[in-house]
This record gives sequence, C-alpha cells and structure tokens, in this order.
Amino acid sequence: MEVNLTLVLVAGALVGCGAYLLLERSLTRVLVGLVLLSNGVNIALLSTGGRAGDAPFYGSTAVDDMSDPLPQAMILTAIVITLATLAFLLAMAHRSWQLTGHDDVQDDTEDARIRRLAVDDATSDSYGLTADGQDDDDPRQEGS
Amino acid sequence: MRWLGRRAFLVLALVPLVAVAWAVTQSTEVLDGGVLTETTRWIPSLGFGVDLTLDALRWLMVLVVAGVGVVVLAYCAWYFEDGAPGLVGFASSFSAFVGAMLGLVLSDNLLLLFVFWELTTISSFLLIGFDPTNRASRRAAIQALLVTTLGGLAMLVGMLLLGHEAGSFSLAEIVADPPSGTATTVAVWLVLVGALSKSAIVPFQFWLPGAMAAPTPVSAYLHAASMVKAGLLLVALLAPAFADVPGWRPVLLTLGVATMISGGWRALRQIDVKLLLAHGTVSQLGFLLVLLAIGSRTAALAGTALVLAHALFKSTLFLTVGIVDKLAGTRDLHVLSGVGRRMPVLAVAAALAGASMAGLPPLVGFLGKETMWAALVELTHAGNPVGVAPWAGWLLVVGVLVGSSFTVAYTARFLWGAFATKPDVAPTPLAPLAVPFAAGPVLLSALGLGLGLAGAALTSAFDPYVVQLAAGDHDEYLALWHGLELPLLLTATTLAAGLGLFAVRDRLCAFQQRVELPISGGRVYRAILRDIDRLAVEVTGTVQRGSAAAYLAIILLVLVAGPGTALVLALLDGPDLRVVAWDGWGQPVVGLVMIVAAVMTVRSRRRLRAFILAGVTGYGCALLFVLNGAPDIALTQVLVETVALVVVVLVLRRLPDYFTDRPLRPIRYARMALAAVIGAVVSGILVVAGSSRTTEAVSTGFAKAAYEFGYGRNVVNVTLVDIRAWDTFGEISVLVVAATGVASLIFLDTRSGGVRRLAEADPQAVETTGAPGATRVRRIWLPAPGTLSPDRRSIVFEVVTRLVFHSIMVFSVYLLVAGHNLPGGGFAAGMVAGLALMVRYLAGGRYELAEALPVDAGVIIGTGLFVAAVSGLGPVAFGGEVLQTADVYVSLPLLGELHLVSSVGFDIGVYLVVMGLVLDLLRTFGANLDRQILRAQREAESQEVDA
Repeated sequence: MEVNLTLVLVAGALVGCGAYLLLERSLTRVLVGLVLLSNGVNIALLSTGGRAGDAPFYGSTAVDDMSDPLPQAMILTAIVITLATLAFLLAMAHRSWQLTGHDDVQDDTEDARIRRLAVDDATSDSYGLTADGQDDDDPRQEGS
Repeated sequence: MRWLGRRAFLVLALVPLVAVAWAVTQSTEVLDGGVLTETTRWIPSLGFGVDLTLDALRWLMVLVVAGVGVVVLAYCAWYFEDGAPGLVGFASSFSAFVGAMLGLVLSDNLLLLFVFWELTTISSFLLIGFDPTNRASRRAAIQALLVTTLGGLAMLVGMLLLGHEAGSFSLAEIVADPPSGTATTVAVWLVLVGALSKSAIVPFQFWLPGAMAAPTPVSAYLHAASMVKAGLLLVALLAPAFADVPGWRPVLLTLGVATMISGGWRALRQIDVKLLLAHGTVSQLGFLLVLLAIGSRTAALAGTALVLAHALFKSTLFLTVGIVDKLAGTRDLHVLSGVGRRMPVLAVAAALAGASMAGLPPLVGFLGKETMWAALVELTHAGNPVGVAPWAGWLLVVGVLVGSSFTVAYTARFLWGAFATKPDVAPTPLAPLAVPFAAGPVLLSALGLGLGLAGAALTSAFDPYVVQLAAGDHDEYLALWHGLELPLLLTATTLAAGLGLFAVRDRLCAFQQRVELPISGGRVYRAILRDIDRLAVEVTGTVQRGSAAAYLAIILLVLVAGPGTALVLALLDGPDLRVVAWDGWGQPVVGLVMIVAAVMTVRSRRRLRAFILAGVTGYGCALLFVLNGAPDIALTQVLVETVALVVVVLVLRRLPDYFTDRPLRPIRYARMALAAVIGAVVSGILVVAGSSRTTEAVSTGFAKAAYEFGYGRNVVNVTLVDIRAWDTFGEISVLVVAATGVASLIFLDTRSGGVRRLAEADPQAVETTGAPGATRVRRIWLPAPGTLSPDRRSIVFEVVTRLVFHSIMVFSVYLLVAGHNLPGGGFAAGMVAGLALMVRYLAGGRYELAEALPVDAGVIIGTGLFVAAVSGLGPVAFGGEVLQTADVYVSLPLLGELHLVSSVGFDIGVYLVVMGLVLDLLRTFGANLDRQILRAQREAESQEVDA
C-alpha cells in the first residue's frame, strides 16, 4: 500500500496540536484540543484506506476503483461520537464555571488527602471501619 | 411480611419443610446405598453443569440443614417483634441462606459447589451484619466475609486444579478415580484451606465467636447446622479419596485437636453464655474435623453421628439462650439467677442438649462419643487400617481426652450460668414465655433423646457413606452399651475431669487471665488488614497525583515510549517505505490550511476564536474526505461541524471571552516538545505501518457483500447498519449516555426541563371560547412576537425558516431512506433533521422550538434506541441471526414498486437518536441557558431598582 504523505503530515500536525492543548488546565482548551485530536485521528484513519478512489457505491463504478469503505464507516462513527463528547465536555465546562467562576480542572482533593495519609504513615478510614478497635478478644468481656 | 408481620416466618418455614419431606420420601432408596442424580447442562464447554446428587451423607445433611432451618424459621416468628427494622431483608437473607446451604449440600459439580459456597458466604455476611448501626456487628460481618472469602478463593484455585488433574469437575467421578501427584496434593490442600476457613478451624477460628453478634436464630443456624458444617462436609466427601494425600492426617488431626482444646479453653472463661456457646462451637468443630479426617470406618461412623448430634444439641442450646436473653434481657452468667426454676421445661430441654454435648447416656451425643473412643483407641494399635503410628494415636487420645473434659466443664458452666439459682444473686426478672417460642428447642432436644435410642437405625443409615473408607478389625456400630471397655472408662474420666474443672472455675479463670498468649488469630487478622491498608495508601499516594494533566501526560508518554520505540527500531531496520506525496493538487492546499488553522488554534487566547479555528480544521477534513472519494462522511462532517459550532456559541454566551490568564511557565516548553514528538510518532507510525502492509484489506469484499447480503449499493451505509452493526449499536448507546449526561449537567435535578409550550408563556395564544371557563389554544404561525424582544427578531429569517422547515424535514427523511443506495443514511439524515430544528430555534427562540417539536428529547432518543434494538432482534423471530438483513419488495399504488430492506429499521433508530441528541443540545444549551440568562438579567434589574 502506498501511503499518502500529505494526509499523514496533516494527521500528525493535528494530533500534536491536540496533545499540546490536552495538557492545559482550562477545560475549554482541553476540549478544543480534543476536537483537533479527533480530526487528526479521522485523517489518520482515512490515510489507512490507501489511495483516493471513487465513492464506494456498488454498481456505479468498478469495485477496484472504489475508495476503501471500512475506514469511512469508522470515521463516520467517530465524527458523531466526537460531537457527543464535545457536548458533554461543554456542559461540564459550563457547570464548572457556574460553580467556581472558572473552568480550570482542579487537582483532586481526595487524592491529596490520601497523599497526606501516606506521608503520615497512617491508615485509611476503611481500616478503622472494618478492623480497628476491640472485638471478641476484648478482655473486658472475659474473666470470671 | 407486610400483611403477615412476623408470622410470615411460619409461611417461609414451609419451604425447607418441603425439602425435609422430600428427603424423607427418598430415604428408602438412599439408605439402601442408592444415589439420586439430577443433571442440567449449563456451560458444557467449561464442564460446568447443575449436577445435583443425593447419597447417604448428603441425605443426612439435607435433613440437618432443612430440618433445623424449619425449626429456626418458625422460632423467628416469636423471636422478632412486629415491625422490627430490616425484617424483610432478614427473612429474605435467611431463606437465601437455607437455599444456598441446600444447594451446597446437594452439589456434585465442584464449580457449582463453589457458587453455592460463596452464596452462603454472602448471605451469612448479610445476616451477621443484620444490625448495621452496631459497630461490633458490622465488624464481625466483614471479618467473617473476608476470612471465608479468602479461603473460598484458595478453594476455587484448588478446585480448578483438581478438576484439571482429574479431567472432570464431578465429585463422584473424582472420588471414584482420584488423581495423584504433586499438583493434586497442592489442589487438595488449597481446597482444604477453604474448608478450614469456613469451618473456623485454627488458625481461622477467630471469626466464628465474633459472628455471634448476629440475632440468635442466625447464630443457632450458622453455628449448628449450616455454614460451619460446609467445610466439614467437604472434608468428609474428600476423605475417601484423598485421606492419604501427604500431610492430610498429621496436619488436619493436629489442627483439629488444637482447635478443640483452644476453643474449650476459651469457652471456660466466658461470662456471656452465648459467647461461651460460640467458643464451644469452635471446639466442637475441631473435634468433628478430627473424626472426619481420620478416614477409617469407625471414625467416619462416629463423625457422622456426632455431626447430627451437634446440629441438634447446639441449635437447642442457642435457641434456649435466645429465649433467656429475650425474656431476661441479659446473657451475663453472673446476673442470671433462678431462671431454671421458673422455666423448668426449657431448663430440662437445655439440660438434655447439654448432656448430649457432654456425651452422657442415653443421648445421641453419647452414642457418637462411645464410637469415637473406639475409633481413637483403634489408632493406638499397630497396623491400624489408616497407618497412624501408635504413639500418634495415643497422643490423639490424650488430646481429645483433654478437649472432651473441657467440653464437659463448659457444658456445666453453661447450664449453671444460664439456669442455676445463685445464692448471692437476686432472681432475674423474667418476661412471660409464649409456649410456641419454646417449642423449637424442646423438639430438637427431644429428637436428641429419641435418636439416642436408635443406634442400630443410625448405623445402617450411615453405612453407605462409611463403607467407602478403610475397614478396621471389626465393624463398629452405634449403641448405648458396648460392654465395660476402655471407651466407657474414657467417658467416665472426661466427666470426672470436666466436673472437677467446673468446681474450680473461679481459680481457673484467674489462671487463664495470667497465662494469656500474647498472640491470637484476631490480632494477626487485624495486623494483616492494617498492613494491606497501609500498602494501599502508599501505592495510591504514589500513583494518584490528582492532576488530570499529569495523568494525560503519562498516557502520552507511554505512547511515545511504547509505539515510539517500536517505530525507531523499525526505522533503524531500513524499511522499504512506499509513499506518494499526494493524490491530487487539492490535498496539499487543504492540508496546509488545516495545519495553519491548528497552530493558530493553539495560540489563540479567545474561546470563540479557538473554536472557530478548530472548526476550520473540521471543514478541512470534510474537503479531504470529498477529495478522497468519501461523500458520506464529508456530508456528515459538514453537518456535525455546523451543529457543533452553533452549540459552542450557545454555551460561550455564558463563559468569559478570554481564557484565564496565567503566568507562562517553563513547563510549557516540555509540553511543546512532547506534543511535537507525539505528532512525529503518529506520522511515522502511519507511514511505516502503512507501507509495510502486505495482506489484502479486510474490506475488499465489502462492496459485493453489501449488495448481496445487505441489499444496498452504498457500501459505507451497509457497513454501518449491517456488516458492523454491533459497532453502530454501541455508538448510538454512547450518544444516549452523552445526551443524558449533558441534560443532567444543565438541568441538574431532572432528566429534562419539560417542554414549555407557547400557551404557558404568551396569553395571546390562548383564547376563550363560548363556554365559560373553557379555553382553547390558538394556532399561531409565528410565536416570536409574543415571546422575543423586538430587537432580537428578524422577520425575514423567521418567515423563511417557517417556509423551508418542512422541506428540510422531508429531505432528511429522503436521505434516511435513500441512504441505503445513495449518499445519506441515518447519521446524516438525523443531523439534517436536527439542523432544521436548530434553524427554527435560532429564528424564533425557545418557544418556536417547542412548537416545532413538542416532544421531550429523551423520549425521541429512547425510542430511537428501542427501534434500533427491536429491528436488530427482529430477524431472530424469523429464525435469523441478530442484526441480519432481509429485504422485501412491496408494490404501492402511484409510487410503484418499493424495495424495503429490514436494516432501514436500524437506520431509523440511528436517525431518531441523532435527531434527539441535537434536540437535547438545543433544549439544554439553547432554551435552558436562555432562561438562566433571563433570570440573571431580571435579578440584576431588580437589584438596581432596590438600590
């Protein structure tokens, strides 16, 4: 199979730009990065179909002249999923703005708490709930 | 429960009663040595079937499990108060427990046995933790769950290994033709770990006393008849085949005696009579394990008799404690006094059960113990059938003698503690006793007495199991009188020693306090849990940094490290790269524009600008699709890009124009480098992987297949709705989830904000008709005049929209139906319909949208998914496969012949889901944000007025 260099370069550029934006803090920028990334991946998929050809309609052209239909079907699915993801992340960005006044992705406070436990060499709550304290070995229950 | 209250337990008791009746009707056949089997195939490829079997041992266990179940369930009807919290859950867990135990007892297939085994673990967890507000009860439940599940896991591995070695998961087949070798030894020991943990044998003994935090009926059932017996049953079932596995006798007999002595020792210092019984159970389990593990006929006869005896006397004793606890309000043996005098019948029942436990004639416990001594004495002779050294046999006799003396002592302590009148303690006040409440324990203890006289019948009943084991010098039998022999002397010795220990009970307790071991199973358990928890905290603290960017960076770095390394290696190999620069001059032009747009997107500081530039790359994609010969995806891409831009603009109304300004940090250079490497890796992989492709593409045959099996000319569309229809179905499910997520993030507390019709907002839309009070909604062609402010309106736009709307909708239906043969299909058609709705919203506002499609978006999406599912399943009804396509020609008047393909149904589902998604986005980001903005404006205005 001969690889189309133009498509490959476009895909690489879009994925690279998308990856850069993904590492941002602002959820909207992450979202834009995701859109770029998706477009890049779609072009990458397209490039795996090989050379350009006629539209894949059976009967209108010879089968050998058709472009590969399988990557196209996959891209079609991916396009619509991207829209759904975009909408969902937009809703999240909006909600984040509503609650905090900005749309920055915050560090997880729960993780920070666990890190503190690790530094203190302490056990978590779940240990205290399951095994801490006295049980049947309680000497107060025993003796004559 | 709701109608009958606690009396519902009596109804529930009928279920195990049926099992008892069934077992009784089968008794003649089973006791003649017959075996009933019942097989249902489940997963034959894994050797997993529902294989149930009933032989003599299992018959006994069914009677014990179901019989004691009946008594305990009936007892519950008086134990609980009407309307006690959690009673329904308790009753269902208990019934499930009885059912799981019956299944466990009857299973022949090892895997099925494991399933029931774990079911008993789960139901016992629920029962022990019956009172979730009680800390001790929660802890005991978790402890029982962890210990028995850990053993269960070991057992599962062992069972799989055993089944693999034996070539069958059927216990009957394995025992008939046992495998041997190291793997089998390992397998048997893993199974034994499970059995020992379930039966609370040292070192797992600590969970059982804790489990008495459960309500007394549960303790009675759990300790006496069911869960703990499961492990013993497994040992008994395996003993005929594997008693000679290396380590079986030395380890099991040592652990059994250790459990027996330590349990008895601990029971002797308890002041809670229920806890005393619980430690007594541990002791008895060790004792029974000794007998069932020896593997001689005499020992097996004694073991089975004592399993039966233990079920009867231990449930009697627990149920008695329950009554005393209930009526006196305490279980402290220093507080209880004079109970026996005022409840003489109950005291007699308990005394009989206690006598059976201590091994006094003429009770069934005595029968078992006589034969037990005979079995142990047999081991002290050289050349005994199981090959135990005489010194070990003597050691065993001494160990069991000590254990049995403890048993006598704690039995006496229990009876004295619960019922005796203590001279220096005031009589305990007792609530009146309902007669049926005491019926259960009395019945069970009477059974213990009756069976004590039926030694011959019991001997013949257990015979089919017993004969599987190694024969001794002479056949032993169960009887009250064997003559003046060593066993009787040993029984007398234990009685004397036990009563002696009871007499010095106070000094013994003080002594126990002094010599307490620094280590106990419970402490080790807690230490292990603590270490696991610490490990989890350390690992989580190290791995979970809590920053989304850090996680993403790790993922990207893995991409660079993994496939990137492979790429470098491949390039060093000097591959034969086959590339073309472009297929036509259009590609580089479009590509250049896209790359510039992408770089500008990264650099932009305004939200809208970034999205528009990203949109440019999207439209660029569409152009590239067209140039590559892919009109379907180009069409969809353009539509999606348009919808996405509108949606983004709708949301950005509410967000700040510029991204948050933050100081530029050096880290961004690292990010840039990473991004550049990622782009290079992706391009490189595409080139290398693509040019090294040698096999033909999967899709080569798609075109022909699409026409012949999918009945369509549009190969891409047929691929979506037929060849890869499962994939598409997954995808529309994702759309449903995303739409629901968006709606819940915007509406917050409901799935949808409801469809607010024009009539609710615009009084002019409602007119009064002739009849007083009756109104009717007027049809209004353009709702905007009443609902939008004049400066937001464009009459031309509104009118044109209104005129072309129906044409666009019809066009979308055309795309949907034609998509099978021409460009189009469900996705594109749904998008077009969505765009039509979007134009209506943009022109006339949210009420216009409501009038255009007065249906909740969720309903449309749900219907779509349903239609797709039904049309996928449809062919099954006609003997086809899921998602298979069929076609039919229908001739219609005027329109001529119509070629209908069943996969159009699937496409209609896709269409509805996509249209619903767009509608949902309009309702949430459009209509609902409109309302939020309006509300914010009104609040600001009213504040101004106030000021």
